Amino acid sequence: MTQQKESLITDEMRGVIGKESDSVTYEVDNTGCRQFARAVGYTDPIFFDEAAAKARGYRAIVAPPGFLGHPVMIPGKSAPRGPESLGFQTSLKRVLNGGTDYEYFANVCSGDVLTGTMKISEIAEREGRLGQMLVVSTETTYKDRAGKTVCIMRGGFIRY
Amino acid sequence: MALQPTFEAVKEGDQIPTVTLNCDSQRLVLWAAGSGDYYQIHYDKDFAQATGLPDRITHGALKHAVLGRMLHEWVGEKGRVQRVACQYRGMDMIDKDLIAKGIITAKRTENGQNLVDLEIWTEDPSGQKTTPGTATVALP
Repeated sequence: MTQQKESLITDEMRGVIGKESDSVTYEVDNTGCRQFARAVGYTDPIFFDEAAAKARGYRAIVAPPGFLGHPVMIPGKSAPRGPESLGFQTSLKRVLNGGTDYEYFANVCSGDVLTGTMKISEIAEREGRLGQMLVVSTETTYKDRAGKTVCIMRGGFIRY
Repeated sequence: MALQPTFEAVKEGDQIPTVTLNCDSQRLVLWAAGSGDYYQIHYDKDFAQATGLPDRITHGALKHAVLGRMLHEWVGEKGRVQRVACQYRGMDMIDKDLIAKGIITAKRTENGQNLVDLEIWTEDPSGQKTTPGTATVALP
């Protein structure tokens, strides 16, 4: 058995590394903050109650860590999201999330409208329990209306 | 509300209070709606098994969010969670408890901020670390 496995990484894939996506608009609203906070089991009222959030010095209901609003998607109009929109293509159909890293530079609160742009920072290959896998690292930068970076999300997903 | 931890009082090696969340099907559907991640491996058993999984699995990002909640609840009203990073090394199956834990690894002052670094992770009920990570918080 000397035959080498063919690499999953193609020149086309290498070509999309570093390319920036179209920006996606994210709306942070009261219901979104509450729904996210409820799903995680939070009881701190700053995620649910505007008066409580303001009493603690926030401008509005606070977005819990990991919540940067929901993307605005208008059928037929919004730009497609995700690595495929950058031209990343693979025949591997299955997807798993590899990791998540949120770094905050400011508070995110209800009423914020953020724009996120994504780029692929690395594509690696690994042999795992599930067979041959592609590990794709991404970096998404979220900016507020004034253009200030409020959060950088570094993520990775696995195709297998 | 727990006592407000302070930069002066905490020290390397301290373990912070754990948070446990049971990830039953209702929890995973709540999370699907809250996060906008509707991938069927998390709530459709037939779909999950057709992809080769034994059953539905807990969303990675939910594990990340539970780590964020543990940090938020620990830092108190005057603290801030600045960075939460984790890797999804092992799968957590539906209906199991997710146990979030953290230990302080360093204290440092940067740009006048009192920062505390932690090693964080989630465990499954057998004690296996499925989601190792690191975090940084600011304390008063």
